[in-house]
Amino acid sequence: MSENIKTNRKALNVLRGANASTVTIFIIFVLLCVILSIAQPAFLEPNNLLSTARAFSAYAIAGLGVSMVIMTGGIDISVGAIYGLAATIAALSIKGGVPTEPALLLGILTGICCGLFNGSLVVFCKLPPMIATLGSQQIFRGICYITTRGYPISGLGEKFLWLGQGYFLGAPIAIYAMAIIVVLFAVFRNQTVTGRRIFAMGGNAEATRISGINIKRLYLLCYMLSGVTAAFAGIMNASKLGVSQPTAGNGFEMDAIASVVIGGSSLSGGEGTVVGTIIGAAIIGVLRNALVLLKVDSYFQTLIIGSVIIVAVSIDQLRKSRA
Amino acid sequence: MAQSQTPLLEMRGITKQFPGVLALSDVSLSVWPGEVLALVGENGAGKSTLMKILSGVYKKDAGEILLDGSPVDITGPLHARQLGISIIYQELNVLNNMNIAENIFMGREKKKNGFVDKKLQHDEARALLDRVGLSVDTHTRTGRLSTAQKQMVEVAKALSTNARMIIMDEPTSSLTEKETETLFGIIRKLRADGVAIVFISHRMNEIFEIADRIAVMRDGQMIQAISADDATEQSVIAAMVGRDVRNLFVKETAPIGDVALEVRGLSTKGFLKDISFHVRSGEIVGFAGLVGAGRSEVMRAVFGIDPRESGEILVRGKPVDIHTTVDALRAGLGFVPEDRKEQGLILKMSVRHNATIAALPSVANGWFLDKKRERDLAGRYIDKLRVKTPSQEQRVLNLSGGNQQKVVIAKWMAINPSVLILDEPTRGIDVGAKKEIHLLMSELVAQGVAIIMISSELPEILGMSDRIYVMHDGRIKGEMPRGEATQEAIMRMAIS
Repeated sequence: MSENIKTNRKALNVLRGANASTVTIFIIFVLLCVILSIAQPAFLEPNNLLSTARAFSAYAIAGLGVSMVIMTGGIDISVGAIYGLAATIAALSIKGGVPTEPALLLGILTGICCGLFNGSLVVFCKLPPMIATLGSQQIFRGICYITTRGYPISGLGEKFLWLGQGYFLGAPIAIYAMAIIVVLFAVFRNQTVTGRRIFAMGGNAEATRISGINIKRLYLLCYMLSGVTAAFAGIMNASKLGVSQPTAGNGFEMDAIASVVIGGSSLSGGEGTVVGTIIGAAIIGVLRNALVLLKVDSYFQTLIIGSVIIVAVSIDQLRKSRA
Repeated sequence: MAQSQTPLLEMRGITKQFPGVLALSDVSLSVWPGEVLALVGENGAGKSTLMKILSGVYKKDAGEILLDGSPVDITGPLHARQLGISIIYQELNVLNNMNIAENIFMGREKKKNGFVDKKLQHDEARALLDRVGLSVDTHTRTGRLSTAQKQMVEVAKALSTNARMIIMDEPTSSLTEKETETLFGIIRKLRADGVAIVFISHRMNEIFEIADRIAVMRDGQMIQAISADDATEQSVIAAMVGRDVRNLFVKETAPIGDVALEVRGLSTKGFLKDISFHVRSGEIVGFAGLVGAGRSEVMRAVFGIDPRESGEILVRGKPVDIHTTVDALRAGLGFVPEDRKEQGLILKMSVRHNATIAALPSVANGWFLDKKRERDLAGRYIDKLRVKTPSQEQRVLNLSGGNQQKVVIAKWMAINPSVLILDEPTRGIDVGAKKEIHLLMSELVAQGVAIIMISSELPEILGMSDRIYVMHDGRIKGEMPRGEATQEAIMRMAIS
């Protein structure tokens, strides 16, 4: 019994930082699900729920990385290109004879390097994050095209496909991956020295620096986290499709950033939660699924999703200004 | 002072409740035409709340306001202005990218055929500027004016609305002595015209120079409102703090030990020249000088915030390589910067998280925070510094200035520094908190900490320092022990 309470409390600790924004967004999410399950009971079928979750796990994972950059008051719009480049590098490695596991590591490493590059532009060249990642986005995408000559790469082997297509205890591997990454981020942000310092830096970088903290290193770390999660999401996607497209992830950055923003993070930094970002991604995912289930003309989907982003964030802003 | 029969404005039994605090409790106060009323009180005493009710920013919960003897219900800032009540805030509300005339008539533009009548605006602005004695062209962009001149533009703006009562919230806090005199000249002129001035200030000498009456608030209540002739500085301060403050400075001498920090020949690009000084453990060293003399710059360079061109830093006799704040922290230095909101605190974060931000490794197991140890560490210094906060989870944003400053100091005490640098540690905080911070400095030196204190308040420098360095124009002009220091001696060095 007391053991139970203890674990509960630990779970609460992990979720701590769940604030009023998160609650608002969670209510919106629940309402969305309730309305949808009334309108189309097929939504609640386990298979549908699982495939929806698998679909949004990609931008949920990348969103968690981007949220670290947004926490610092910056932005990373190169995550879509990193998503494509990491998969390309992993696929090329496999084609070049590298065994699957090291090839995957190379893909992840690509993401880290891309993040380090972005971070360096911001920290050392003092570029505004928007400009830095606007440029690097084109560079990363360019490398995809140059290395593949624009052709998709397929025939990547069984092992590679397991990550995106495999199941464990009836659920896709992608969902387990998302769950593990969520816990890692929650622990990192709320339970570690570095996580706390990043929060502080997001609130007031100068005061944090004067408190004897190396903020340059923290900035670099945040961009690297953004890069590594985007790479992971990109590799998962290539694995799911069984093919690496040089154009993969075009526009993906918008899903990742939207997840973070819907989740209650402030673009001026210093605010936001892990849970919020996941719910933000879930809202986009459920909405996409709803539009399919309700047989909405696919040409309307983009417009509707854009509107929902605006409505969800407006509700949160109105609540904040009234508080 | 000519007093008429009915007060211009009378407040009766004003009460205002905020969540968790009774900000104003049954406050009554009258303001007469043609008088300067000084409103004083510690931070959080309720002065600003009362004035915000008058200017229509807040709504009162109970009580009544009478204007010329008849009750009025002030519905908002615009309504207050129409009634002739204007407020000039400490952080001035001028738009720097617009010219003086545009600022004065902002939102109330003079129009002709639907277009702004610029000529009329400039003519009227000219007349208003003449009234406040500002001889600048009305086409001048406000951004190019000094703070004092901007303030005059605000006064002119108030006059343009036919203000009969002008509330000034700490108008002199960023003015030089000469500018203050000019402002006082304007205030006297307005008073002669029958305008009532409510003057909020912490500075006793100014209050006694300009005020006809002094109203003292404490803990949301009006303690007394008496003629300035019947009050003394001592009695006003006593009324503010609710206890007799005989000695404003609590300096206990501590045994002075070895040199804790020594700086030799420090220079920075284009400003600081050959700065050398030292401080011993158990010693409080004061840095005096005018604003802009380079005192903060010295400390920023020592602490690794700004780069230095040359110079050597020795901690406990050993040279240390300080290039970043991380190095400074490692060397055992702490730095309470002059601007606590911009440089000292992370306003959105809680009291606990602010208090422990510099000392996180000491409450962590490797990478992971030990929340219990963190809570204990924060609790220890919150208690020690008597930070008034409902809980450790409270955002520092919601604390009063004095308590915010205590949190900044707590942050550094949590790392057990051997040298603590305090840049204007008591600026803008109330008398009670000020005294507590002085007491704390005495306690720290008794424990062997070396303290460097920058202050622009000469009595504070004289009252707290064991030794004083005086700076002028990027150089150290001289040094004097406590026994030899006088206000005159310091000023002489500081201005030449």
